[in-house]
Amino acid sequence: MGRLAVAAAILVPVLMASQGALAQKQGGTLRFYHRDNPPTASIHEEATVSTVNPFMAVFNNLVLFDQTKPGNSLDTIVPDLAQSWSWSDDRKRVTFKLRQGVKWHDGKPFTSKDVGCTFDLLLGKAKDGLRLNPRQVWYHNVANVRLDGDFEVTVELKEPQPSFLALLASGYTPIYPCHASPREMRAKPIGTGPFKFVEFRRNEVVRLARNPDYWKKGRPYLDAIEVRIIPSRSTRILAFVSGEFDMTYDADIPIPLIKDVQSQAPQAICQLRPTGVYVNLLVNREAAPFNDPKLRQAMALAIDRKSFDDILGEGKLGISGAMQPPPEGAWGMPEEMLRTLPGYGQDVAKNLAQARAIMQELGYGPDKPLKLKVATRDIAIYRDPAVILIDQLKKIYIEGELDVVDTTIWHRKVARGDYSVGLNLTGLAVDDPDVNFVENYTCNSERNYNKYCNPEVEQLIAQQSKEADIAKRKAIVWQIERKLAEDVARPVIHFQRAATCWYPKVKRLVLHQNSIYNGARYEDVWLDK
Amino acid sequence: MAGYLIRRLSLMVLTLFGISVIIFVLLRIVPGNIADILFDAAGMVSAAEKHKLETELGLDKPIVVQYVDWIGGLARGDLGYTYVSERPAIEEILPRLPVSAKLAGLALMFAVLFGVPLGVVSAVRQDTALDYVLRVLSLSGLSLPSFWLGLLILMAFVQYLGWIPIYTEKPASLWDELLLLSIPAAAVGFRSSALVMRLTRSSMLEVLRQDYIRTARAKGASELAVNYDHALRNAVLPIITIIGIEAAFLVGGLIVTETVFNIPGVARFLVEAIRWRDYPVVQSLVMFIAVVVVVVNFLVDMAYIALDPRIKYHE
Repeated sequence: MGRLAVAAAILVPVLMASQGALAQKQGGTLRFYHRDNPPTASIHEEATVSTVNPFMAVFNNLVLFDQTKPGNSLDTIVPDLAQSWSWSDDRKRVTFKLRQGVKWHDGKPFTSKDVGCTFDLLLGKAKDGLRLNPRQVWYHNVANVRLDGDFEVTVELKEPQPSFLALLASGYTPIYPCHASPREMRAKPIGTGPFKFVEFRRNEVVRLARNPDYWKKGRPYLDAIEVRIIPSRSTRILAFVSGEFDMTYDADIPIPLIKDVQSQAPQAICQLRPTGVYVNLLVNREAAPFNDPKLRQAMALAIDRKSFDDILGEGKLGISGAMQPPPEGAWGMPEEMLRTLPGYGQDVAKNLAQARAIMQELGYGPDKPLKLKVATRDIAIYRDPAVILIDQLKKIYIEGELDVVDTTIWHRKVARGDYSVGLNLTGLAVDDPDVNFVENYTCNSERNYNKYCNPEVEQLIAQQSKEADIAKRKAIVWQIERKLAEDVARPVIHFQRAATCWYPKVKRLVLHQNSIYNGARYEDVWLDK
Repeated sequence: MAGYLIRRLSLMVLTLFGISVIIFVLLRIVPGNIADILFDAAGMVSAAEKHKLETELGLDKPIVVQYVDWIGGLARGDLGYTYVSERPAIEEILPRLPVSAKLAGLALMFAVLFGVPLGVVSAVRQDTALDYVLRVLSLSGLSLPSFWLGLLILMAFVQYLGWIPIYTEKPASLWDELLLLSIPAAAVGFRSSALVMRLTRSSMLEVLRQDYIRTARAKGASELAVNYDHALRNAVLPIITIIGIEAAFLVGGLIVTETVFNIPGVARFLVEAIRWRDYPVVQSLVMFIAVVVVVVNFLVDMAYIALDPRIKYHE
């Protein structure tokens, strides 16, 4: 991506925001579409942006990534239900002073008990618990949650963790009321947020209405939000270009379709940005012959990332290690450093020659190729890169056959090691090593599907998590990146990008540049109709 | 006749019982259940946690017990709870039925109103330019995939002509709704109308060569009377059969059309339920479709008696 495009991607939302600050108008219904039915309305029980996007506006968090700033980082975390917070000297306790006078949408008062109940749910301690608790691993460092009166909560950590606030600031971390059961929250969520839940009709619509008693005076500007569910991409894009919607679903327009949308709706503003999802190679480290590190190394060297980028993303995808690439990503390696990682050098021919030499040393060659199946989910965004991967592996005497796996059993199949090579997609809600590394590269994480386990990396992950100094932490993160690349832990092929489009009448819409999960509060958005 | 009816109704019940067993078993053969899907979507693989959810939903019970629970509930009019929205299945299904019923009704009307007269015209004007045009039209109806035709229609009527919106809001009146549904109905009905047209043409060509048609003409009957009173009445039986079969097959066409035109009907809901392995919804809807097919077949057979006095069902 050219520097000009990057600058534009960052400047557009800033300009939009400043323009919006001049004369906000109250009223109107923001209409956009959704690509799919959210499984339920309960954010804590889902691991998909399909739920976060339409329902985040129903809730508040303790703290939140600033909805008016394009970047998510520790510096852009602002108070939400917590008016303020303070860390203890040993950085192991964080105390939140809660906002008083806040009411749930059903009129009941919000107190510290609700925060306690939410943590009980997340830590798996609640009696009537969550049906699914996909982010329990985020809170592995929480030792205790102490309520001091109705409006003060202290979270005690086992180890210092400066990024703990980033986890709380995600759209994935709303505060739930004690008085609503998880089942009620799945069907009719109750929050304290700017919009009240009105209805969710599967295959039809999600409707939210302005919360007139919202604690932030004068907000939200919109009277309502209407999210129409349209699974057919052609139909929903047609509906957008014919003016039936004010905006598209977030990051719904893939790179090859952006030109189409802009030619059919020239007045629409489209912004391309990372989706936080990265395509990666899974190799079964426990099954022969893939238990040989040399073979895994050869496979990593065979990956020509630029070809993936050219074919799938017209050269606009992000190439990086495990953390999102800069400039949007806060923790990704600088390009010159990235190029020094094994397999990331620009000389593809040299990488391939090295890979072929390893393969020949292992006894493979043009007359004796290694035959294997490349397993992947039966979804286009999985299949397409898998096909390219198979083509690239051919160059190092590996004959791959595509093995499409029913999407309902994909993770189970991979977790029980019933595969040799897999093509996987991994999504990151928060651009922070404490999320990515802990979820995907620690020995005991449920999502460490290929069971990569390196005590040295484990120690570095713990070390970076405690480090408060950003520069020092980055250095450790990049050290981890290098180890992951050398160990061929889960070779990252590329980060995805997609566009969101909207008409100029939608004002103060600020898209977060390094996450699609944390910016759907919509309380500052207004319509110039 | 009474004996025939009793035998026929008993067979219908037996058929429906067979379908209920087949759909129940098939659904459980398909890989994964709702717990697998929910856990997989969340990237979770803990077998113990998943088993808790399966127990909560009764999926750990023996398959025979699950079947008896379901069929017993069905007999009492209780379709169970949907796994996904956790609401009674009937509450999810009922509001969607009228939408699909209107769409299917309009599509069938389109198929008959266009297919039969154009088929007659095509037969009567055999090997003329008009016949060739109609034959090309009917062939294109049979060969164009409905998803592609639907998209073309959508582009024309939504984007270029602006006559209809994408179905995003329930129209204010029944008339508005029928107008809005008429274009997708034409997309669904086009294929059926082509089939009806071709069958009407071939059936009419056969009848038009019969002696009694020549006799009718010799008696001085008008062309209209010959074609519609004498020829069509005798050619109508295979047409009725194909209309009956098409009525049953319409559900398949509705799935694509409801998706492309974004119509919140029961066919799209069924696909969604299959994707989620929402057994109570899938089983109930498939049983409903089976009932419709069985009843339509029965009505078609009864229609033979009304249309052709020569046909008698013996006891």
